[in-house]
Amino acid sequence: MAVTREDVLHIADLARLGVDSARADELTRELSSILQHMEVLSQIDTAQVSLTAGVGAGGTPLRPDERVAPLMEGTLESFAPSMRDGFFIVPRLATHEDPTESSA
Amino acid sequence: MSVENFTMLGAADIASAVRAGDASPTEMVRASFNRARDIGAGHDELNIFLHSDQEASEHEAKSMQERLQSAADIGILAGVPVAVKDNIATLGLPTTCGSKILAGYVSPYEATAITRLRANGALVVAKTNMDEFAMGSSTENSAFGPTRNPHDVRCVPGGSSGGSAAAVAAGITPIALGSETGGSVRQPAAFCGVVGVKPTYGRVSRYGLVAFASSLDQIGVVGRTVDDAALGLESIAGFDKMDSTSSDAEVPVYRLSALGKPAPEVGAPDTEAMRIGRNPVALPPPPSAKTLEGIVIGKPREYFPDTLDTNIKDLCERALDRFRSMGATVRDISLPRSPLAIPVYYILAPAEASSNLARFDGVRYGLRVDSGKGLKAMYESTRSQGFGPEVTRRILLGTYVLSAGYYDAYYKKAQAVRTLIADDFRAVFTSGVNAIFTPTTPTPAFPVGAISDPYEMYLNDIFTVTANLAGVPAISVPIGRMRRLPVGGQVITAHFDEYTMFRVAYALEASLGQEAHQ
Repeated sequence: MAVTREDVLHIADLARLGVDSARADELTRELSSILQHMEVLSQIDTAQVSLTAGVGAGGTPLRPDERVAPLMEGTLESFAPSMRDGFFIVPRLATHEDPTESSA
Repeated sequence: MSVENFTMLGAADIASAVRAGDASPTEMVRASFNRARDIGAGHDELNIFLHSDQEASEHEAKSMQERLQSAADIGILAGVPVAVKDNIATLGLPTTCGSKILAGYVSPYEATAITRLRANGALVVAKTNMDEFAMGSSTENSAFGPTRNPHDVRCVPGGSSGGSAAAVAAGITPIALGSETGGSVRQPAAFCGVVGVKPTYGRVSRYGLVAFASSLDQIGVVGRTVDDAALGLESIAGFDKMDSTSSDAEVPVYRLSALGKPAPEVGAPDTEAMRIGRNPVALPPPPSAKTLEGIVIGKPREYFPDTLDTNIKDLCERALDRFRSMGATVRDISLPRSPLAIPVYYILAPAEASSNLARFDGVRYGLRVDSGKGLKAMYESTRSQGFGPEVTRRILLGTYVLSAGYYDAYYKKAQAVRTLIADDFRAVFTSGVNAIFTPTTPTPAFPVGAISDPYEMYLNDIFTVTANLAGVPAISVPIGRMRRLPVGGQVITAHFDEYTMFRVAYALEASLGQEAHQ
């Protein structure tokens, strides 16, 4: 199944990856080539086969339902960019408002 | 014990010498850093390490020395220098996953595997180079430049745990941690002439391993010898309440002593056979030969195709002959769905990666590229400038196979075929086969820059990826050389049967002796 340039731009948008025009053409070729090798799977009859999402054996062991202290080393200040009154200071999202999304 | 022999000491030798007071942890740390300097592990040479801090390591070693003097039980890796792949969270050293997007990031917590290593007396001396976010088979995809193979600096060390394999091959540490999603410990181990173990999925906690493809990821161990790898795995395995996929299955003792023989004494090195780069590295001699009476070893026809390089085929046949000479029965078997493993893997792993790597958005971690054009533009700029070409390719591939209209055709189909691949292994192991033997890789190490087609690079995983999809344990051990480059053979066993895997690997290592490195 060949991937189109529009497909690449669409999935790049979904994945929040900026892709310029030249790179979009390159990725279209690369992804089409890779997916061509996947076509072999369509010939396998899997109608009666269950799906494997993970290979953990014996189910999921449960841990005791006890409150534990966070496993952080050091203070919050030691790895936060900046703090005030016990809160992280981060860039204001208002300054990141996307005019195209706001008007949509 | 003299530190001059450092590069020929196994982890067990170092630990027993440190516990007996014949060597100090500080001497071991200095020997490791000296070796790194002597062999040229720096950025402009082999480029093995991304981060190291000799002063901090020596400080840690000094603390251990004080604990030793107070008669504390330091553990089975007392004073053993260990290198760690840079996608495993460590306190005190950055964790960047070989990516610009995490440049300078220092984790506020530590991986369970590292906590357990330290509890067993190991000293973490460095973080090793890797393909960005473990996506690659050559360590060429690191944002911080490729690592070179210590056996031939023109060649890659394999990947994605190339730095860890190179560190062990170069004699800098006897043990290193790596991680596996499709063969990223075994393949570089084969390329670098050392031992690489991927445990059963769930055997080792993933807590603190930066997620790539969560249903496949496992922390693994690179060792100079099978015993080193066994010691390393034994020290990090076991249930962890911080990882819901970790198993509470009992962890046996994997060391040689559990198999009825003491660890070997250090003998005279065969420096000619062990010559690596500009500096000779001697390995500890192999353990005594062990019988494999009663063991049935499967030889799967799909892993010995007519197109397999005859040199690799011949080395595998020699190994199979050794198994027979030790009393094992070699049986032709089939794993018929194995040829589908690469397409399955390269749908499932990118799909999971596209989700796992969504967290790197310029808000929560590391790099932020903000042009002031809005939040979405900030996400896009950060991610496109922070991720390299292979990571970008895989995120897009994963997003595509999960997107509306393609989910059933690709993702669900791959999940179903994964079931069939795992069924093949179950059928073989329930038919009386104890272990499967295959080549680890279809070729030895290739030159840096030789492979530019992404799918051709993916085919490097062709013999290793099935064990990840099925969740079974596997080990790569050196079985000889072709064109002066190491070749690895792979032993695969049933879920949680690492004991048999090590038993077969020990026997092969013992039988081949120095021939494994010639």
